[in-house]
Amino acid sequence: MTAVLFLVVVALARIAIVFSFCFGLVVVFTWAERKGAAYIQDRRGPNRADILGFRAWGMFHPLADALKFLFKEDFIPDNAQRLFYQLAPMFAVAPVLMSIAVVPFGPDVTIFGRRVALQIADLNVGILYIFAVTGMTVYGVVLAGWGSGSKYPLLGGLRSSAQMLSYEVSMGLSLVGIFMVFESLRLSRIVAGQGELLFGFLPKWGVVVQPLGFILFITAQYAEANRTPFDLPEGESELVAGYHSEYASFKFSMFMMGEYLHMVIGAVVVATLFFGGWQVPFLADTGFVLPGGASVPLPEILVIALRTGSIFLKSLFFTWLYVWVRWTIPRFRYDQVMRLGWKVLLPLSLVNIFATGLVLLLLGK
Amino acid sequence: MAGFIETVRFSDPYFPIFVLLVIALVTAVGMVFLSQATGPRKYDKIKYSVYECGVDPLAPASERVSVKFYLIAILFILFDLEATFLYPWAVLFRSLGLFGFIEMIIFVGILMVGLVYAWKKGALEWQ
Repeated sequence: MTAVLFLVVVALARIAIVFSFCFGLVVVFTWAERKGAAYIQDRRGPNRADILGFRAWGMFHPLADALKFLFKEDFIPDNAQRLFYQLAPMFAVAPVLMSIAVVPFGPDVTIFGRRVALQIADLNVGILYIFAVTGMTVYGVVLAGWGSGSKYPLLGGLRSSAQMLSYEVSMGLSLVGIFMVFESLRLSRIVAGQGELLFGFLPKWGVVVQPLGFILFITAQYAEANRTPFDLPEGESELVAGYHSEYASFKFSMFMMGEYLHMVIGAVVVATLFFGGWQVPFLADTGFVLPGGASVPLPEILVIALRTGSIFLKSLFFTWLYVWVRWTIPRFRYDQVMRLGWKVLLPLSLVNIFATGLVLLLLGK
Repeated sequence: MAGFIETVRFSDPYFPIFVLLVIALVTAVGMVFLSQATGPRKYDKIKYSVYECGVDPLAPASERVSVKFYLIAILFILFDLEATFLYPWAVLFRSLGLFGFIEMIIFVGILMVGLVYAWKKGALEWQ
């Protein structure tokens, strides 16, 4: 019975930690988006919300936004199909909350004499689970577009779903090279594989062995998350706000939350697959082992802290990259987006698989 | 309930996923209900009507949509299935060796012919 209790408590504790990590990043992200945009455009950005006189560079704005949304009128338009209209925001939030489950946030640690993995669930299907669950967010988009009973959301929903479907293909194919190199779909195995060294000095990170795969994946990721330069579904100059035009109050913020969570998880996945996850270059279980032969022993607790800190910093960087790209690259036209997806990314990802296979065959024997 | 608990394998790797599913569903449904409960509500015909930038709606929203979207969905099913077949192959690539490589070239080659066909037929063009 204690064993069962231990498993349940561990499951709940992991979920709590990972949730607070993700929601924390989302809060920082919404703040960084506005503040970063402001500084890139030479403005000051949000700086008014304060708690007891503390303004903290506008850090309290996400909190103020959430509270404001909560007390706004939540209406269902007369023309809407009530069930679909209510279901859509749930589909926007629930799948992305689930998709974080398989990402390892650190090596196994020993607590009370038991090995505990710093990951909610170590599934053998790993990345396939993430694709399967995040794929469900398309339902939120389609239902919102259809259920609102209005033209702009309908057009936005259709565009968005077509775009998400198009890029899901190249997103899936661009990762095949990674699986060929690391011989597993299990994320913990992929991260462990990235701890090795190539030629004795180069960390065997995904981006080193799969540079083209990385570019393809991150491009498809931006399109999948409906993010600039692919934010056509929400092109405000033509479609008002796209599929969530008819939403107000906390339901609107659920779409926003889902979107930002999606991006945060995308950033974590990129860090995990292509940038070594929790691995720090030259850091072994016992401390730093440099390629020259020199080594710096470190206590175990410090090694674990460095490793969890490293995935946090990497995720933070890729979260920031979304903001950076948004204010650097202008929006594409819709036909350009679809052409890029089907005529450039898809053939390139097939070429990448072919090239990876060839190199592995030549090196393997 | 006691019988149910005995059938649960808590050590199963999917058990935390189940817990997560319950939490995610409760969060999502709870947020929608919370949003309904906290806000004020005053009916107003204009406010509850379709949003079309302030103009009275001219036609119902269920317009005809371009068949292109349907075509994209079909192509998606085709190529995503292909990706699903590639995953187990990719994991076993090293043990399959040259044989697996050639097999996959044939498989992907046939699908590439399909892509070229769709391309030439103009299925990927947007006007």
